[in-house]
Amino acid sequence: MKGAKIFVESLLKEKVKVMFGYPGGAVLPIFDFLYDTPIKFILTRHEQAAAHAADGYARSTGKTGVCIATSGPGATNLTTGIATAYMDSIPIVAFTGQVKTSLIGNDAFQEADVTGITRSITKHNYLVKDVKDLAPTIKEAFYLARTGRPGPVLVDIPVDVQLHETEFKYPQDISLRSYRPTYFGHPGQIKKALKFIYNAKRPIIIAGGGVVISGGANELRHFAEKLNIPVATTLMGLGAFPATHVLSLGMPGMHGTVYANTAITESDLLISVGCRFDDRVTGRLDAFAPSAKIIHIDIDPTSISKNIKVDVPIVGDVRNILGQLIEEIDDRKIPNIEDWLRRVKELKKKHPLRYKKSTATIKPQYVVEELYLQTKGKAIVATEVGQNQMWAAQFYKIDFPRHFLSSGGLGTMGYGFPAAIGAKVGNPNAVVLDIAGDGSIQMNIQELATVSTYNIGVKVIILNNHYLGMVRQWQELFYNRRYSGTPLKNPDFIKIAQGYGVKGLRVKKASEVKKAVKEILSHKGPVIADFWVEEEENVFPMVPAGEAINRMIGGMA
Amino acid sequence: MRHTIQALVENKFGVLARIASLFSARGYNIDSLAVGETQDPTISCMTIVVNAQDERVLEQIKKQLHKLIDVITVVDFTRKDYIDRELLLVKISNKKATKSIVDKLVKTYSVKVAHKTKDYTILEVCTQHSDLEHILKEVKKVGIKELVRTGKIAIAK
Repeated sequence: MKGAKIFVESLLKEKVKVMFGYPGGAVLPIFDFLYDTPIKFILTRHEQAAAHAADGYARSTGKTGVCIATSGPGATNLTTGIATAYMDSIPIVAFTGQVKTSLIGNDAFQEADVTGITRSITKHNYLVKDVKDLAPTIKEAFYLARTGRPGPVLVDIPVDVQLHETEFKYPQDISLRSYRPTYFGHPGQIKKALKFIYNAKRPIIIAGGGVVISGGANELRHFAEKLNIPVATTLMGLGAFPATHVLSLGMPGMHGTVYANTAITESDLLISVGCRFDDRVTGRLDAFAPSAKIIHIDIDPTSISKNIKVDVPIVGDVRNILGQLIEEIDDRKIPNIEDWLRRVKELKKKHPLRYKKSTATIKPQYVVEELYLQTKGKAIVATEVGQNQMWAAQFYKIDFPRHFLSSGGLGTMGYGFPAAIGAKVGNPNAVVLDIAGDGSIQMNIQELATVSTYNIGVKVIILNNHYLGMVRQWQELFYNRRYSGTPLKNPDFIKIAQGYGVKGLRVKKASEVKKAVKEILSHKGPVIADFWVEEEENVFPMVPAGEAINRMIGGMA
Repeated sequence: MRHTIQALVENKFGVLARIASLFSARGYNIDSLAVGETQDPTISCMTIVVNAQDERVLEQIKKQLHKLIDVITVVDFTRKDYIDRELLLVKISNKKATKSIVDKLVKTYSVKVAHKTKDYTILEVCTQHSDLEHILKEVKKVGIKELVRTGKIAIAK
């Protein structure tokens, strides 16, 4: 069997249903066999979007996303998408064509050292030099991508390997002597953690992306409810715990809620569940949870004591460990923390998330709130990066895991639209929104061709403030309002949408927002909606970079 | 503080590049590195000497190494009993004092005369790291023309 056919057969063995990508000279043999398979191929209009779409598909469905590109520029265009998935631990497998093995290293046409370039942004990568290695490598790639701490894996396949023949045998099992992730928590550490929990007076949970990835949202809820511990959910953890739950503290960190940040600062026990203490969460490290003991549950040992010194590390799968903890809880020892819960309640009441309402201009937060209300909080929400991302995180209250797709680690502008495409392809019955800015949307606006071609009903909501809003906000606050490089002269988004055959609408009045949202949601196909919002609106509260998280500006009034 | 770390890795192409780029991407310095096949031809042994400012950095280095898919085991020899060797070849000029210095070194340390001409002598030194500084101090007295050395290799007792 030819390598290209082995490739396709291997993907079928991995139950791949859909693949995002872009053809080219070095993947022609593969595309020839793809033509006849039941695998649905979605042609994006840029390889970066193919990687983001595979990522959005993976985040929203829990399955491994797959993308493909040709050698050289095709592969280098994938890299931003791969790095985005790497920073957020998203399982995708990226396939790239490579020049003929005999030409590798010769600076051949469309050659790039792709395994070299992607070494530090993949969990692992392969260059397949022999067709006999192709099937076992694909098996290993999928296995590595989805197990342990998930992440992107890249397989580089020279075009001659795709044409060489060998017998097709897909390996049944896999055993890598050098890769044995820990899945269950050490029993001694579980007992030790519970001792800390029984003695805590002001405990708090921070739930991160690990809860979503491990599928541990139910366990987390059970755990938090049993012990009555308030839960803050990081940007990556949104949906890991229902935002509307009475114990929810919303998001901590730079644009987190005053109550989450204050509660963390006042806590005496911090239970971090699948959260890696990113600098956007911790703020100034020495002032982060200064009086708290720290329990850290994480599948990746390198996350432990990397930024924050941990008292009780528990390495393993978050879902399993929460299960182990729940099993071991002695009901008689659950501490009475009524005073603490009263304090948290008072903080929530005193410092709610808010913004100044207006009828004269459209407040971006109002648009997000309206989307939340009219979708009944059930949409899958992708975001771009910047103010749009933070307003979405603050005002679209995510109650379900895998419903919030955002580039948390890398902060990739242009992520949201293609990620929403991937999510809609994976969840055809869900309402999928991309909450975007006028800057970000233009970074992958060519994907209007993709949604138009396949009629993918993604709703793009542009919160158009005619600025690169988040950078402008920093310039306003810290650079004397010198708006260097941030004002945007935008194209007519409606005409652009029309050019691609997509419905477009523009909203300039606050009084029209409700009706417009209704129209967007009732339209069957894709929509691009251009909301002209208040131009110099800021995201508050905000912790200035390098400050302690309880030193917030805005929102304390 | 200097730490000697041994990593057993898959004997495949690209593994050295992975380890090197891990160090460079995270800003860790490698003092020396020695790689070679073990008794199992599918496994290579890397002995890495690193200078870590504090325990946390060292812990991260070890964990990050272990996280690489091709790395099988990582052992820190620092607090263990081990034998280590480095190989050094040094070319020195034949001066008045050379003979007596060479004789003394050959008697005291594992130093051999590997090659000798009218003008210069090449010494072969194979010893533990701690002896090397003494030996180098001695040969510097007559002037070093050329010096090459390997990274440290180590084995647990």
